[in-house]
Amino acid sequence: MGDLSTVFVLSSVVTYLVALIFFAVDVSALGGHAPKRTVRKAANIAVALSWLGVGLQAVGLALRGIAAGRVPWANMYEFSLTFSFVAVLAFLLINRKRDIRYLGVFATFLAVAVLYVAFWQLYVEADGVQPILDSYWLVIHVSIAAASTGVFAIAAAASLLQLVQHRQSRRRAVAEERVLVASGGGAEAPVSQPAGAAAGSSGSAAPSTFVGRLMAQLPDAESLERFAYRLNAVAFVGWTLTVVAGAIWAEAAWGRPWGWDPKETWSLVIWLIYAAYLHVRATVGWTINRFAWFGLIGFAALLANFYVVNIFFPGNHSYSGL
Amino acid sequence: MSRYAPEGLKESEGGAAPAPTAGPRLGVVGWLRWAWRQLTSMRVALMLLLLLAVVALPGSFFPQRPQTPEAVAEYLETNPELGPFLDAIGMFDVYGSPWFSAVYLLLFVSLIGCIVPRTFAHAQAMRAGPSRVPRNFARFPTQTTVRTRRKASSAVGAAEAVLGRGYKRATTTRDDGVVEISAERGYGRETGNLVFHLALVGLLVVTAWGQLVQYRGQAVVVEGDAMVNSAVDYDTFTSGAWFDSDSQEAFRIQLDEFTSVFTEAARPDAFTADVTLTRGDGETSTAQIQPNSPLSVGDANVYLTGNGYAPVITVTDASGDVAFSGPVLFLPQDTAYTSTGVILVPDANRGEPQLGFSGQLFPTALRAEDGTVLGSTFPQPNDPVLILNLWTGDLGLDDGTPQNLFVLDTEGLEQAMDVTEDGAEFPLELELEPGETVELPDGQGSVTFSELRRFAALDVRWDPSVPWMGVFAALAFLGLAASLFLPRRRLWLRIEPGESGTVVHAAALARGDDPGLQRELDRVIDAVTKKTARPEAKNDG
Ligand code: HEM
Repeated sequence: MGDLSTVFVLSSVVTYLVALIFFAVDVSALGGHAPKRTVRKAANIAVALSWLGVGLQAVGLALRGIAAGRVPWANMYEFSLTFSFVAVLAFLLINRKRDIRYLGVFATFLAVAVLYVAFWQLYVEADGVQPILDSYWLVIHVSIAAASTGVFAIAAAASLLQLVQHRQSRRRAVAEERVLVASGGGAEAPVSQPAGAAAGSSGSAAPSTFVGRLMAQLPDAESLERFAYRLNAVAFVGWTLTVVAGAIWAEAAWGRPWGWDPKETWSLVIWLIYAAYLHVRATVGWTINRFAWFGLIGFAALLANFYVVNIFFPGNHSYSGL
Repeated sequence: MSRYAPEGLKESEGGAAPAPTAGPRLGVVGWLRWAWRQLTSMRVALMLLLLLAVVALPGSFFPQRPQTPEAVAEYLETNPELGPFLDAIGMFDVYGSPWFSAVYLLLFVSLIGCIVPRTFAHAQAMRAGPSRVPRNFARFPTQTTVRTRRKASSAVGAAEAVLGRGYKRATTTRDDGVVEISAERGYGRETGNLVFHLALVGLLVVTAWGQLVQYRGQAVVVEGDAMVNSAVDYDTFTSGAWFDSDSQEAFRIQLDEFTSVFTEAARPDAFTADVTLTRGDGETSTAQIQPNSPLSVGDANVYLTGNGYAPVITVTDASGDVAFSGPVLFLPQDTAYTSTGVILVPDANRGEPQLGFSGQLFPTALRAEDGTVLGSTFPQPNDPVLILNLWTGDLGLDDGTPQNLFVLDTEGLEQAMDVTEDGAEFPLELELEPGETVELPDGQGSVTFSELRRFAALDVRWDPSVPWMGVFAALAFLGLAASLFLPRRRLWLRIEPGESGTVVHAAALARGDDPGLQRELDRVIDAVTKKTARPEAKNDG
């Protein structure tokens, strides 16, 4: 049963890899010289493949759970499976409501990378759990952690794009100014004209680089930022629940709700970073670029919490690892 | 005081605190007021949040004394240069250090200074109802103007009906016949935000209180033995500064049996301590303690935190007297429960010399072809073998230095040796299985390994703040969800009766990010105009 699970998960990795290639083809068409198309065939194929991949992964997860006789998220290998599954699923579900196929490259790349590391470094045979982990809080605490991590991941991808988009839009603004200057035909032209005033002529200043053309087809930085914020807010509530459920479990298992175990400490630090992010966004009148940085730093801490703290920091969570 | 702007408009929010007026003439009160304003500003709150994240991190890099004192001692030993410096700046007790405390206390002072005024402001706003209708709608990104053939009075009725659910509203008729409606919903967003922040304060307060009154005791109990819940009976006992021994529930726990289940691959599957509990009033009952399911006695919880083997040993000395008899704790060293322990016999031979044994226990012995024990293959006692080394001399128990219970301090001791056939010396090994007795060399007496028992390590903990932590955590969670997901919206309508129909101006404003705002405005406008409208101008920003 465990081997069958592995087969399904491996075939989902292959499927994601092919989907990634199709997403990349789509992106390169967007950024290439091809005329603006309404039908993005490659992207549609990629989305269909991603659904297939998610389906295969779901079967793989279920078989893993059956093989081990418990929920399939009790060690790092299984947690990797679960959170990459949620990340792709979240991407696909959101994509049904609004077109975010441009994030497909990130979602499938994340899944391929996470699953690759899971097989290469973290694989363990399907087995039961130690008595200390044998609790329904395992089901609650870890599943919410995996789901939140998956959603934070998609938000981080949007934040990354937002930063790229911001740089590109500054370039576009400069380019448009130049067009204006050129079409103005003389030294009299208003060189310092604000970008907004040139909005009407946006078609005339086609970006000249690949990234420029690509980004011109994607939502603007403000929309990307709002999108990332909404996901981060949902995931933040999930992370809050993760920490609270963890504390309740720790009370039952170790006799204290909070003990500054490295994993607990890092979970709190992650929570504080995202809380700061929400504060920054809610009140301090900063530019939206900084919000994106906060989100990315939070996600980096999340990855470190999983890949670094679990493995290298001794603590009560260590035995849940490899 | 707080610069929270209910208008929700960017220009009225955030920004730096207003610069203090004319520094030199500020005076002490002025400075204090300025400092307070700084501390309760969003910008400083933000810095403190991030600072808290930063100062919490070192505790995950360095071993912490309250959690793992042995690891700290080891770190100090292996890093004689850096260790003492790190110790001096509190790196081995980060969460008790002055700088960590300073950051979180400042953060919470800032939090209270920020939230309390907002709570009053919010209560006032809720009582006052919807705000005045702004004069100029053009400055709002979400606004529209439509013309309808409906009569003004019917349009007003329709607007009130559609806003009736969910909105607080106020309708005023101006002298010129123009009707203005101000509607507002989502007070729960701000309420949730305040509840969330106040619940965090609650969480901190009950945690601090719990730290002051709690106690925790650790005891190791061998099958057949018992522990009593009193400070002196524990191996280690810690309590808060306000601890009152009256709060210590009287009870006694006897370990009747300890069972463990392992899979074939030696992975632990279940640990169960069957105990007999005797309460203060003499009432007796049996219970089970397992990992993840502590035993509750009154308000105290008893946790199962460890287990191992305790061989029962009897030592007789050269004169044939029983110098030692009882179970000895052996500490598991690996997943197959290869365990080490020490038997100290200070009373042997009236101390001249004393005897000491260092031993290894193999629950399921793996033997080489010649019969020598190589190790343990399984944690269950399928074929237990105890191997002892004998030491004689002065055990050094009288000089008062604390002894490690599981490692023999061999200073002042001489190891008993054996010789092979070709004359080489090697340490004497006494091999025992349960029920066996072996003679010590040179008529020094004998050792008996009569039976193998198990021990359980029990943690008893009483912390009355835990249920309250749960309450505040739940409040914080609900408040947070409300604060993030309840839409806070204001809608304003200006309904102007005219010759050729009624003109309706409308604007909407949300607090924070609200993708549904335009849809909401459209919904209200549709109801007011009932399809008979022709849009004049629409700006959906
Ligand atoms: C323990 C420290 C704190 C934590 C963990 C924390 C956490 C949060 C979180 C998660 C939010 C997001 C909810 C939302 O966006 O509506 C929030 C909002 C807010 N916080 Fe805090 N906070 C803390 C301290 C403070 C302090 C010291 C202040 C005041 C100086 C403050 C003022 C605010 C305000 C005004 C909002 C509302 C933003 C809005 O209306 O959207 N917080 N806080």
